Amino acid sequence: MAEEKRILVVGGGISGITTTVEAAEVGYEVTLIEKNPYLGGRVAQLNKYFPKLCPPNCGLEINFRRIKNNPRVKFYTLAEVEKISGTEGDFDVTVKLNPRYVNEKCTACGACVDVCPQERPNDFNLGMDKTKAIYLPHEFAFPLRYVIDEKYCAKEKCAKCVEACAYNAIDLNMKSQSISLKAGSIVWATGWNPYEATKIDNLGFGKYQNVITNMMMERLASHNGPTEGKILRPSDGKEVSRVAFVQCAGSRDENHLPYCSYICCLASMKQATYVREQYPQAQILIFYIDIRSPGTRYEKFYKKVQSDENIKFIKGKVAKIEEDPATKDLTVVAEDTQSMQKIHEKVELVVLATGMAPITKEWKIPTSVSYDTDGFVLSNTGPAGIYAIGCAIKPVDVYSSAREGTAAALKAIQSTSGGVRR
Amino acid sequence: MEKKIGVYICTDCEIGKSLNIDSLVKVATKTKAPVVKTHPALCQKEGVEFIKNDMATEGVNAVIIAACSSRVNYDVFNLGIPLLERVNLREGVVWCQPPNNEDTQMMAEDYVRMGILKMQKMEAPEPYKAENLSKNVLVVGGGLAGITAANEAAKTGYDVFLVEKNDSLGGWMARLYKQTPTKPPYTDLEEPLIKDLIKEIQQNSKVKIYTSSLVEKIDGAPGLFDVTVKQNGNVETFRAGAIVSAAGTIPYDATKIEHLGFGKYPNVITNYMLEERASKGTIVRPSDSKPAKTVAFILCAGQRDETHLPYCSATCCVESLKQAKYIREQYPDSKVYIFYRDMRTPGHYEYFYKGIQNDPGVFLTKGDVKSITEDENKNLNIDVENTLLGEKIRVNVDLAVLATGMVPVSALGEEILPPGVKPGDEFIPYIMIETDILNLEYRQGGEAPVLIYGYSDSNFICFPYETRRTGIYAAGSVRSPMDISSTIEDATGAALKAIQCIELTDRGEAVHPRVGDTSYVDIFLQKCTQCKRCTEECPFGAINEDEKANPLYNPTRCRRCAVCMGACPERIMSFKNYSVDMIGTMVKNIEVPPEEDEKPRAIVFVCENDAYPALDMVGLHRLNYTPFVRVVPLRCAGSMNLVWVADALSKGIDGILILGCQYGDDYQCHMATGSHLAKIRLSKVAETLDRLKLESGRVQMEQISISEYYKIPQILDEFIEKLKGFGPNPYKGF
Repeated sequence: MAEEKRILVVGGGISGITTTVEAAEVGYEVTLIEKNPYLGGRVAQLNKYFPKLCPPNCGLEINFRRIKNNPRVKFYTLAEVEKISGTEGDFDVTVKLNPRYVNEKCTACGACVDVCPQERPNDFNLGMDKTKAIYLPHEFAFPLRYVIDEKYCAKEKCAKCVEACAYNAIDLNMKSQSISLKAGSIVWATGWNPYEATKIDNLGFGKYQNVITNMMMERLASHNGPTEGKILRPSDGKEVSRVAFVQCAGSRDENHLPYCSYICCLASMKQATYVREQYPQAQILIFYIDIRSPGTRYEKFYKKVQSDENIKFIKGKVAKIEEDPATKDLTVVAEDTQSMQKIHEKVELVVLATGMAPITKEWKIPTSVSYDTDGFVLSNTGPAGIYAIGCAIKPVDVYSSAREGTAAALKAIQSTSGGVRR
Repeated sequence: MEKKIGVYICTDCEIGKSLNIDSLVKVATKTKAPVVKTHPALCQKEGVEFIKNDMATEGVNAVIIAACSSRVNYDVFNLGIPLLERVNLREGVVWCQPPNNEDTQMMAEDYVRMGILKMQKMEAPEPYKAENLSKNVLVVGGGLAGITAANEAAKTGYDVFLVEKNDSLGGWMARLYKQTPTKPPYTDLEEPLIKDLIKEIQQNSKVKIYTSSLVEKIDGAPGLFDVTVKQNGNVETFRAGAIVSAAGTIPYDATKIEHLGFGKYPNVITNYMLEERASKGTIVRPSDSKPAKTVAFILCAGQRDETHLPYCSATCCVESLKQAKYIREQYPDSKVYIFYRDMRTPGHYEYFYKGIQNDPGVFLTKGDVKSITEDENKNLNIDVENTLLGEKIRVNVDLAVLATGMVPVSALGEEILPPGVKPGDEFIPYIMIETDILNLEYRQGGEAPVLIYGYSDSNFICFPYETRRTGIYAAGSVRSPMDISSTIEDATGAALKAIQCIELTDRGEAVHPRVGDTSYVDIFLQKCTQCKRCTEECPFGAINEDEKANPLYNPTRCRRCAVCMGACPERIMSFKNYSVDMIGTMVKNIEVPPEEDEKPRAIVFVCENDAYPALDMVGLHRLNYTPFVRVVPLRCAGSMNLVWVADALSKGIDGILILGCQYGDDYQCHMATGSHLAKIRLSKVAETLDRLKLESGRVQMEQISISEYYKIPQILDEFIEKLKGFGPNPYKGF
């Protein structure tokens, strides 16, 4: 098949992976590019999916196998799109490949890590622990290959890893390079970042150690997280017996994210089950404006969580959070809109249900396309043949992302083949 | 062509340092592998060339790579041959066992031997090529979902048959007055897009439209669906390759919600009725055609309510806001009340909600509507409790609109369980509701099984189109309640899956989750005893029956999970590269040390989807476990045949453990019921063991997910300890 008939997918999270494998399994050639050193995106950081409470790595494993087994898929990690030109059916794309400093000879034996003297904050665990400057992003990482963080590596001045590697897999002279790709259509699935919680002054994130975000909670609850899955509060590593979840932390708020991020109600309920599973005596408070669990399975899950007597739902927006400097315990101040009472609840850990900010807010598609005021791509505003999906256009859950990813595969095929069945 | 096996043992990654490679070579040679070689690093370029050279010069055409797990270096070892087997000496032996140890060595030798025996029993699969395959798509239902699926499939170059039971297309959407905003600033109502879509499809020569039509019968399988359509008494038949089922929903019967007065008071109407009235022009109330200027919307009418619909229909909050808006636009002096439980306006709908909140003519509050009564002017008194005002309130309105929910057409019938299954049973293989949507000629029933509240959605979060009927994809609100933009996405995705199934079928490959698998079942029918286990247990309904109860296998419906192979007591179901004989031979050739050595042996059958990668993770983390287990990967735990248990026990193996996926309501088994069936089979063997005075604890099943890998060493160690407690299998040495 001619090179220009490839489909290019930008973003290797659940949406982009889905588009990739679904199109390739029809019989089309697909190139997937991802900026991280591994595929999987946001969902790779999650402990479980709601409402089923199943592990994301289960589905990722299947999807990675689909990629491995399919010769029509070509993927690049540490890659970014620099330039797009051309038209539907015939795009020219320049992709920058950032150096991994570790080549394909790596067997993931880990000998390099033992000798590396430098540390870096572990972004996979949202900075809650450290890795060495040469590291495996996480244990389920695909591809299973080490990578060097150039910001922290002393390179030739050190080079201990080069000596330790028995496979000549480390190349400290690796340079970034640009490659040109031909694509018939482009699917943009760059996903989201958690909203910067330090911006929400009244909720104390960044000021009080025991105020964490929902994504941090995912990592704390994950066995491959900084605490090996034990939910411990950051200030003193203590077990928790009373935890508050603050919904709409920055979401549905004109000063922050005016929209609803869709997933946070269910995510907090799911995280409440993490705490309850680990601490049978623990009390949970969920402060919310509206509980948004639309549909069949989500509503069923809400009912299940509601039936737990130790989980209390309080309708009311949290006004502020205060810390007791001696104990590092926190007081959540809110108005219960049903009892019209101002309430003060003392807890050991506060989880902010921070929302999703589209990555396209900072990192635009290098083509003429319009965005809304929040940075989401406006559908059907770009050139024909370029499709934005998933959290690049609106906040969505995993199920919808996979659905959109599947639908985008068909749109991409139409643009690539010009509606001619192969 | 004669099979020539080459065994390549890698000595890198601690394999060479931890194992006696010479003895491994001897084992391989003794197991009659004609070519046995070692290499210092097979995955490096020179290593691959080393193998390729043998293929070119020595005629090796069946390669066994005894090195790392098949999860890694899959691309490096892609030698372009179907007969390739990986023996996992790295993650599976040296990374989870102490080095240079007699037991570690025995484990490695067993695996090498088992790998060779497996290869000796393996044949290259040849893709199933059916004749007269159709690449056309059948779409059932001509609403938004069906029209979208048909349009999108046609745009991709496929011919489509669209069957709609009503005399016109458009479904509920055709009755819409306005649509909710889809673009910033998310305040302005939009014209329904369905009219354009109907026009588009009517003009598309690739779509053949049947209105006033029903699908009377669908016979066959993907690529070969023979469809009978009845239109105004005429019957037409055609062949289709795959099906999109977009039958849609109907509104919940509001008369059932007694306290809200629908059916009793003329001015209580449903959201659906308001939409139709609004599209006719002036919004007036039914009793006296007076303009409806004070209107109350009662959300969740009969929803999120165990006595009515337990679920949320996902669209009513936003639709009610929309209706409030057009009433306010039509009558600037109107007053609208909206009583909700939780205002569900996810994503950008929040902007729309905010706009309505800013309208002083709309009064919104959380509240439970306790009753609706009528006064002498046919106005309605609405009593609401638990409002945000902290008190009970009563409002008097011209018109009350109930936001009733959706009921999928797939739920309109009686639930039928498979023969012999009762409600409340621990294992219910599937629930069928015979609704006349598809009328499939399938042994397991005429429709696709339903999963939750009569919807036929997917049980998988990451695989939203996963289905229990290959080549049949539900789309739109028959799958799950959804709004307009989700329906369009859903239907487009379903069209992709239909097309994908057609293309995979054409290539003779399986669909998800074993995409690309070209093997399929050979049935040795002469030995069939018509026990029906295979036809009943196939999770995908792939096997029909003839009148004598012989299995009629449909390869293009088959997902290649081999659950039938596990089910069959006569062992007549086999794949070219996966069979009862193959696994049985591996099991029977595990070396069992004599009783006095006090070294028990257990077989661990592991699901290759989750448990096998989990075992890899154990190795990657260098977690050690008992050396007395032998791992045998299976396509699905449900492909486990009990004869293997008998083979193992008669050979002196002390116990059998299965590591499968979670089963039950939230099953994670990618073959739907496979792991649960394994559990049930195993419990049957436990009864037999009791009768033979063998401890039933010698067989055990554990549910494990990939993320729980760290639990595996303990599970294995404890199982072996338990076996030691039982003492050796008395059949040892027989």
